[in-house]
Amino acid sequence: MIEIQNLTRIYGTTAVVKDVSLTVETGQIAALVGTSGSGKTTLLRMINRLVEPSAGRVLIDGKDTAEIEPHLLRRQIGYAIQGHGLFPHRTVAQNISTVPRLLGWTQDQHRARVDELLELFQMEPADFRDRMPHELSGGQQQRVGVARALAARPDLLLMDEPFGALDPVIRAKAQQDLRDIQRQLGTTLIIVTHDMEEAVTLGDRIAVMDKGELLQYGPPSEILTTPATSFVSDLIGTGDRPFRLLSLTPVAEIIAEGQAEGAEIPREASLRDALAECLWSGRDRLPVEGGGIVTLDSLRAQAAPTARAAE
Amino acid sequence: MAFRISRTGLLFALIGLAGLALPFVQFKPNRIVPGEGLRLFDALSLPLGWMIGLVLGAVLIAGCLERWPARLRLTVALLSVIAVTLALGAAATQLTPPDNTLARVSPSSGFWLLLLAFALMLADAQSRITLGLPIRLAMLIGAMVLIAVILGSGVLDGVSVMREYAARSDLFAREAAGHLVLAFGSLGLALLIGLPLGVAIYESPAMRRPVLGILNILQTIPSLALFGIMIPIFGWIAANIPGAAQAGVAGIGLFPALVALFLYSLLPVVSNTLTGLIGVNPATREAAAGLGMTRPQILVQVLIPLALPVLLAAIRIVLVQNIGLAVIAGLIGGGGFGTFVFQGLNQTAMDLVLLGALPTIALALVAGIALDLLVEATGGAPKGGQA
Amino acid sequence: MTGRVLMAAAMLFLLAFLASPESFASLFKPFTRNNAPAIYTQTGLMSLTLSHLGLVLLAVIASTLIAVTLAILVTRPSGREFLPLARTVTSVGQTFPPVAVLALAVPVMGFGAGPTLVALFLYGLLPVFENALAGLTGQSPQVQEAARGMGLTPRQRLWQVELPLALPVILTGVRLTAVISLGTATIGSTVAAKTLGELIIAGLLSSNTAFVLQGGMVVGILAVLIYEGFQRLEQLAAARIGQG
Repeated sequence: MIEIQNLTRIYGTTAVVKDVSLTVETGQIAALVGTSGSGKTTLLRMINRLVEPSAGRVLIDGKDTAEIEPHLLRRQIGYAIQGHGLFPHRTVAQNISTVPRLLGWTQDQHRARVDELLELFQMEPADFRDRMPHELSGGQQQRVGVARALAARPDLLLMDEPFGALDPVIRAKAQQDLRDIQRQLGTTLIIVTHDMEEAVTLGDRIAVMDKGELLQYGPPSEILTTPATSFVSDLIGTGDRPFRLLSLTPVAEIIAEGQAEGAEIPREASLRDALAECLWSGRDRLPVEGGGIVTLDSLRAQAAPTARAAE
Repeated sequence: MAFRISRTGLLFALIGLAGLALPFVQFKPNRIVPGEGLRLFDALSLPLGWMIGLVLGAVLIAGCLERWPARLRLTVALLSVIAVTLALGAAATQLTPPDNTLARVSPSSGFWLLLLAFALMLADAQSRITLGLPIRLAMLIGAMVLIAVILGSGVLDGVSVMREYAARSDLFAREAAGHLVLAFGSLGLALLIGLPLGVAIYESPAMRRPVLGILNILQTIPSLALFGIMIPIFGWIAANIPGAAQAGVAGIGLFPALVALFLYSLLPVVSNTLTGLIGVNPATREAAAGLGMTRPQILVQVLIPLALPVLLAAIRIVLVQNIGLAVIAGLIGGGGFGTFVFQGLNQTAMDLVLLGALPTIALALVAGIALDLLVEATGGAPKGGQA
Repeated sequence: MTGRVLMAAAMLFLLAFLASPESFASLFKPFTRNNAPAIYTQTGLMSLTLSHLGLVLLAVIASTLIAVTLAILVTRPSGREFLPLARTVTSVGQTFPPVAVLALAVPVMGFGAGPTLVALFLYGLLPVFENALAGLTGQSPQVQEAARGMGLTPRQRLWQVELPLALPVILTGVRLTAVISLGTATIGSTVAAKTLGELIIAGLLSSNTAFVLQGGMVVGILAVLIYEGFQRLEQLAAARIGQG
């Protein structure tokens, strides 16, 4: 569990982060969202003390991080950044094993760990181990960057716009993979992003920040349905908010009894996919795999609360 | 601690205080024998030496205790440099017995360290203020005028270097002119040949490797040898080509040195011309062609103006390098300040070495700074076109 | 490829010439007059070359060590105060003519190898320092951030990240220094240092072009070999970090 308590950072006379408190449960993903200059990156960097807080504290599983030597603290926390920051003079394997070697793992241990991680990220170890970073594609570099952050099995992983340099197609895949790996490992993850879509896709909790202040902290559905301030609603974007909300819920949750014509849609498809299918094929009800239907009316009803909240 | 210690100030103070502790001048009964070192306090008559010494010491110590505004430090450092220089002149005048033409008073380690300390303070202060081009140009001219005034006023006339100068002022003027002819003449020749050559290899890429290769090899020949090789070549020309000797070509003298310097200058000029031309945005060139300009028009009206900052950078490299290398001409009878340097080394008369080395350094510094300013002045304007 | 063959040929020629200069006498005979000797025999060519190289090597190693150390110091947080000053001194210092530096070192050091070594060392500091500074300050902020974020101590960052990444640029500086020193060292013979300049000066004094040519040739070939060797090293170092 990560507890951020009244964290403040002041540069000169301006407070870049003002009295922010939030808690991330073990195994959860928290997304820090905001425009540039909102203080989200500074907040993240205070967790591993790349920036020292002016006031407030951070507890990791109840232990105050101020009591740990900064470089020792950082070795316990995974850290991945935009543009990956891989060491250009070291091979993929050397990059990934950086922290394990700092921690004094034996050669066998860190070699095994490198192969394990490369497999986890679907990169053939024999093929990739000895490559240099500049011999990888952008997506591969990014995966190695995350693998490096995970190398010493940290309980906490911090990510600063990790997918910022990727093109949209690769980014969607990378987000999916990250989500899977995070669930598999049970790592607590705090990710900074300026992209609300990414926050909604990945986050169990979303923290919206503006001008150094935490405006709202809650599950994605809460942020989408009841934005705390007009800034939060602006960030969500009023136009496609219903669709974002629909994309959060799988079809399985609103299955009704009945029969319908045409192609079936999978139970785990999102309501957004179902709506799109209705509109494209001109049907007002769709059959669901394994029995039952979704109706266009029930889909509209699901999108409706958002419309009310926005008025 | 109420005061913050400035580490740079501390460094300057250590150098300067060492300068105060070490001999400020050397007093020698004549120019060859080793002399006796005198500290600043002892070199000047009683109240004056202590006053100047204490003031300079106070400036040094104050400089490391507090962070003064950079402009104030600049002014104080400049005044201190002048004070150290004037103290040298005063010491020389006071120490030399009247009507004694043999005794020599030369600057010693203490003087140089003090000068270094305040010059560093000056440079440090200057690097922390951003000054506009016109002000920096004015400062450069101001510094030159100041040096001219101090030298012209006669306050330094007692110092050994100046006495060496007084003994051969006609010769000095001639060698100075020779040095300038060598440095600027070889630059002019290099531009005359190098610019067209650079344009030619820009137009025909196949020629780039061989031409730059040859110029690179020329550059590796040690200057001493290149100067030496020129002597028999010109000797042969003077002896075998009718009219050459009458035109002043000879195996010794100006010509071999001039051509050697010219050969060294070719590489920077040619390669920078090429770099500058290649650096011009292809779209600009296309646009000029699209407007109906002919190739020569594109070259003269578009490419060369846009490549100007890179060309000026080459001129800076060449000029500074040639002012330095021209010293070697002194070894082969080619004239220039090198004549004094090598004469001095031969006679172990260090004052004579200084008479050659100091103006050379000053000339190189002024040329370097002036051309830096020029590059900056032209670099600002065409940047937009190149971006 | 042709470059490599040429380099090998140049090196073989140089070694053969140094090992047995007399065998090449006929080559240089046309450049002598009045039956003067074609080959310098006062001091062995090999020993002059070795002492020349030794002087340059010593100076270059010393300048590299000191210049890189200084560059590291002024790029640490505690030394940042000196950075603007260091930049100014470097750019001003490089306008000082090497010959003048050499001449000014004589009153302090006396004649012999000393002043030459000092002049080469002082003059060699500047290119290495300038390049090391560029290499250490021009690094990707992301790599630095990642290194800090993973818990490398400042010392580990310097040795494991900053210096390896700055290496190609530092090597360029060392190459410049080595080539300049190689040429400037010849002038050291005017203050009685034992270098190949002795050969050239002997040629100048006795109007024997063959000596001048030999000296120039040996130094020139050495310079080309050193230049090319360093360039290859730099390419290797740069290719390793993906800048090749």
